[in-house]
Amino acid sequence: MLKYLIKRILWMIPMLIGISLISFLIMQLAPGDITSNEAAFNPKASEESRQKLRELYNLDKPVIVQYGLWLKRISQLDFGNSFASHQRPVLWQTEDKNGNITKGLIQEALPITLLINLLGIFIIFSISIVLGTLASVRQNTWVDRSVTLFVFVGFAIPGFWLALLLMYWTGVVNQWLPISGLHSPGYLNLSEFDQTLDLLKHLILPVLISCLSGLAGISLYVRNGMLEVLNQDFITTARAKGINEKKVVFVHALKNAILPLITIVGLSIPGLIGGSVIAESIFAIPGMGKLFYDAVLMRDFPVIMGILTIGSFLTLIGNLLADLGYAWADPRVRKGLVK
Amino acid sequence: MRVFFRNPLALSGLIIIVAILILALFAPLIAPYDPNFIDIDSILTAPSTKHIMGTDGLGRDVFSRMLFGAQISLLVGFVAVGIATLIGIILGSIAGFYRGWVDSLIMRLVDIMLSIPTFFLILAVIAFLTPSIWNIMIVIGLTSWMGVTRLVRAEFFSLRQREFVLAAETMGASDFKIIFSHLLPNSLTPVIVSSVLGIASAVLVESGLSFLGLGVQAPTASWGNILTDGKEYIQFAWWLSLFPGLAILLTVLGYNLLGEGLRDILDPKNKNN
Repeated sequence: MLKYLIKRILWMIPMLIGISLISFLIMQLAPGDITSNEAAFNPKASEESRQKLRELYNLDKPVIVQYGLWLKRISQLDFGNSFASHQRPVLWQTEDKNGNITKGLIQEALPITLLINLLGIFIIFSISIVLGTLASVRQNTWVDRSVTLFVFVGFAIPGFWLALLLMYWTGVVNQWLPISGLHSPGYLNLSEFDQTLDLLKHLILPVLISCLSGLAGISLYVRNGMLEVLNQDFITTARAKGINEKKVVFVHALKNAILPLITIVGLSIPGLIGGSVIAESIFAIPGMGKLFYDAVLMRDFPVIMGILTIGSFLTLIGNLLADLGYAWADPRVRKGLVK
Repeated sequence: MRVFFRNPLALSGLIIIVAILILALFAPLIAPYDPNFIDIDSILTAPSTKHIMGTDGLGRDVFSRMLFGAQISLLVGFVAVGIATLIGIILGSIAGFYRGWVDSLIMRLVDIMLSIPTFFLILAVIAFLTPSIWNIMIVIGLTSWMGVTRLVRAEFFSLRQREFVLAAETMGASDFKIIFSHLLPNSLTPVIVSSVLGIASAVLVESGLSFLGLGVQAPTASWGNILTDGKEYIQFAWWLSLFPGLAILLTVLGYNLLGEGLRDILDPKNKNN
């Protein structure tokens, strides 16, 4: 187990180098000199500051040397500062001579996106395991058919469209829920309990939108997995021994059917992070997706590269955790019976 | 063919897709107005007999714009998936046929591409290029070939040891001949299914990008950018949000039904029923 863990962690190094290479190649796509972008949206950028940028990215050197130096900088977690006029650090806070702390952009945005996605994963699991199990136990009845219908519609419905409709219905027509941002005005004057309540109210719609396709996918997955498991010999044996049907379904079958979900969660992380762009920009949630979208619009190149690298890194970590979780949850792997 | 028409999923998917295809192809004939004709006398009018889906913020006829938007949506879907499938088949064949270090290299590239959040990757590339319909198609194609590569490679691995391939090899057939006349034709089944499902996600990605203003640019109509207007006028003009969303939903549903239906039909396990 320990050997496997070390092997998996070491494996991440060449992956990270590959990811950084692709990120770096993308920035080579930019026509002309990247410093001209800075000048385009920040008229105050002088020739002097552009010269500084050129030095920072070593634009006067050959491409391969540029890549090496950039890799060296990001391996020390130095992602530079945003091109936008506030010039905040991309990743983590810095302290200037007077002791003023400037928070990093990703530092502020990441927890919000993680919160939304973790809530989303929790909801996806609790609902889709129930739906999938119900559909499999009642195969070919109206229950199964409605779950299948829900799955197909869930896959096909554009998240941003549903977001618009929900905004209209719950925010404009009925004013049940706030439709943008994370906090109401006057948030700071509320008690701690009311602050949490206010935050949760703001999160309902974005979380709902970000779960949608996951809900459909996982429900289908659980349904098909259960149908497969329920046809296996050990289930017949359990039934033959006279074990109560509820116990057969919920203990014997479900345990085996949901095990692979651990891997699915790992694989769905890039989709969840990437999908945050649309939900966050519609609801004006200041998370990673919104940050990335704004950076793309302004061609804020250090922020784009920073989020691309950090997002990929998180995916690798997620995959690692999923693999370890699977190895831990499957007794055959845990006891070293199979590789 | 009979099997196809007896499968309700595939059939309903096909009907939806063909209907949209006809509407898109004959858009210039069906459309009651020029999709870009600005009529300042009828701005944001609700659906009526004159404009069956109403008009937008510039007085343009939404129904006509929807028809031309269908062309964009179909075009992006087909071209993007065409590019992805082509790359996937080429890389998958090379990896599956030659194995060894070439295979490792290609599969590591697949792993790397799969760990970069796709939508971020697409947006990043678009940030550095200019958003246009051609760039969108190329970018979606270049970021979605990984699944096909894996499928083709896996098929090659299992076919490689079969007698008919070994026989061809013994008789001195060239690598090229073995790949194109023996291995590829026998590995296309899963590729077809995944391509049809791929079109569905390409349509969703394109509409999402256009909605965010990073896809098809005005004045060219696409379902995504009609929805951008819908968002702006959501308090006064529900029709601007409703129709394009329904159109995307139906199209994606159509491809998904067709794909899943084809999967059922082509799966050898289901041959008997």
